[in-house]
Amino acid sequence: MAEFLQFLFSGLTVGAVYALVALGFTLIHNASGVVNFAQGEFVMLGGMITVFAAQAGLPLAVAAGVAIGVTALVGVALYRLAIAPAGSASVVSIIIITMGASLFLRGTAQSVFDKQIHRFPAFSGETPITIGGATLMPQSLWVLGGAAVVFVALHRFLAHTLPGKAVLATASNKLAAQLVGINTHAVLLLAFGLSAAIGAVAGVLITPLTMTTADMGVSVALKGFAAAMLGGMGIPVGAIVGGLGLGLIEAFTAGYLSSAYKEATAFLVILVVLVLMPRGLFGPKDVERV
Amino acid sequence: MLETRALRSAYGRIEVLHGIDLVVREGETVALVGANGAGKTTLMRALAGVQPVCGGEAWFRGRALARVPAWRRVGLGLAHVPEGRQIFCDLTVEDNLRLGAWATDRTHVAEGLAEAYQMFPVLGEKRRLPAGGLSGGQQQMLALARALMARPVCLLLDEPSMGLAPALIDEIFDVIAGLARRGLTVVLVEQNAAVALSVADRAYVLENGVITLEGAASDLVKDDRVRAAYLGI
Ligand SMILES: Nc1ncnc2c1ncn2[C@@H]1O[C@H](COP(=O)(O)OP(=O)(O)OP(=O)(O)O)[C@@H](O)[C@H]1O
Ligand SMILES: [Mg+2]
Repeated sequence: MAEFLQFLFSGLTVGAVYALVALGFTLIHNASGVVNFAQGEFVMLGGMITVFAAQAGLPLAVAAGVAIGVTALVGVALYRLAIAPAGSASVVSIIIITMGASLFLRGTAQSVFDKQIHRFPAFSGETPITIGGATLMPQSLWVLGGAAVVFVALHRFLAHTLPGKAVLATASNKLAAQLVGINTHAVLLLAFGLSAAIGAVAGVLITPLTMTTADMGVSVALKGFAAAMLGGMGIPVGAIVGGLGLGLIEAFTAGYLSSAYKEATAFLVILVVLVLMPRGLFGPKDVERV
Repeated sequence: MLETRALRSAYGRIEVLHGIDLVVREGETVALVGANGAGKTTLMRALAGVQPVCGGEAWFRGRALARVPAWRRVGLGLAHVPEGRQIFCDLTVEDNLRLGAWATDRTHVAEGLAEAYQMFPVLGEKRRLPAGGLSGGQQQMLALARALMARPVCLLLDEPSMGLAPALIDEIFDVIAGLARRGLTVVLVEQNAAVALSVADRAYVLENGVITLEGAASDLVKDDRVRAAYLGI
């Protein structure tokens, strides 16, 4: 039982990070139809900027705020400088641009910061909480709580506010969005900025547990992408369930089988789900579109 | 109200509008008639701001449009219902309508919704359903109703009857005629020239990107060239 709880806790914690990354994918995909493979770099920037801002003498909370703000600006710049100029290029070309941007951001971070492994202290101390024989780091609660807050806020924004619907409208039909008076450029800037900020939040929350390096973005992006696909690309609930599901599968496989199999198992499950439900667990069932 | 002078537009290097002079006065209904590929849609899109213009000028209510992006034109009172019912399939019918009022100060949304549902009761019945599930005719109604949510003073309508059953065509044109009677300025593109000329005050004939004829709709109906080419008489 203690063992089971232990795997559950670690699975949920990692899963919450995947979920946040998947939410970032979801937001940009919702506004633009693009899958932004630079999403993982936002997570990296969140952690790395916090590390270096704190080293420069800022209190940790301020450093984290700076990191999230700067990363949001990087997201906006990514759209302004790399995506918008591509104009009406195909979605595939734009996805490739985001991959290039990912390489660029990683290289820049390696030279601006360094290639070392970093961490900063957990927010509420490092004393583990014992539950049913398993230990839970207080930081894990921060990660889970952070993911919950971001999810609820994003869901409310998209489903219950007119600006949120303007984001969905821009994704659904950009021409029609312009014709009702939506400034689609502004919507896309907002989506990239918010999405980058969400990634940075994930980076800030997870660094005390997993540490960070300038090259951690790629694997995070892949996991977040897998989580988003598992849940259904573009669907906030899907991002959460997909992220937590992926984290749990990995944790239980690593715990009960071997950590050598955890990624293979996770991708096997995703493969099976996508064969059975091509648009993910929460994806629309009707494939037909008029 | 709406005027163009020597307006040109191209797709890449291929120019398809070769200098269009158009005048639409306040309260008028103006029809644009022309064969497939004449450039009617291109002209409407250029007026709405979603098609690049490569020469000439356009004014709306005395204001030069050249530097006004499409999304700002709606707020000025110029609304465009594009060819082929461009609705937000993933959003509900009501959300489509609410977004129609995006460019306004949004004090008239409830009123606008009530008018839309009165005009097209079927939209009211389906207001909580995804718009993508509407039939073609219902989507056309939604596209028109959504444009009206912006309370425009001038409406650009590109083939509102495309793909509709005859009964629905009558319904849509009744609505358009009603709007025109209420003083809305309408620019109407329509395959069915007979219908277009019957609701319009004036009309332009567009051939291969140039205007070849213009005049009162009642005169054009009697014009031999128009009768032969567009009315099939
Ligand atoms: N996206 C495009 N790219 C290149 N050429 C285009 C494009 N759209 C239209 N054209 C060309 O521009 C010309 C005018 O097309 P337009 O759609 O404006 O005609 P139309 O009068 O609206 O025709 P229809 O009655 O069929 O709707 C045509 O010769 C067409 O081939
Ligand atoms: Mg056309």
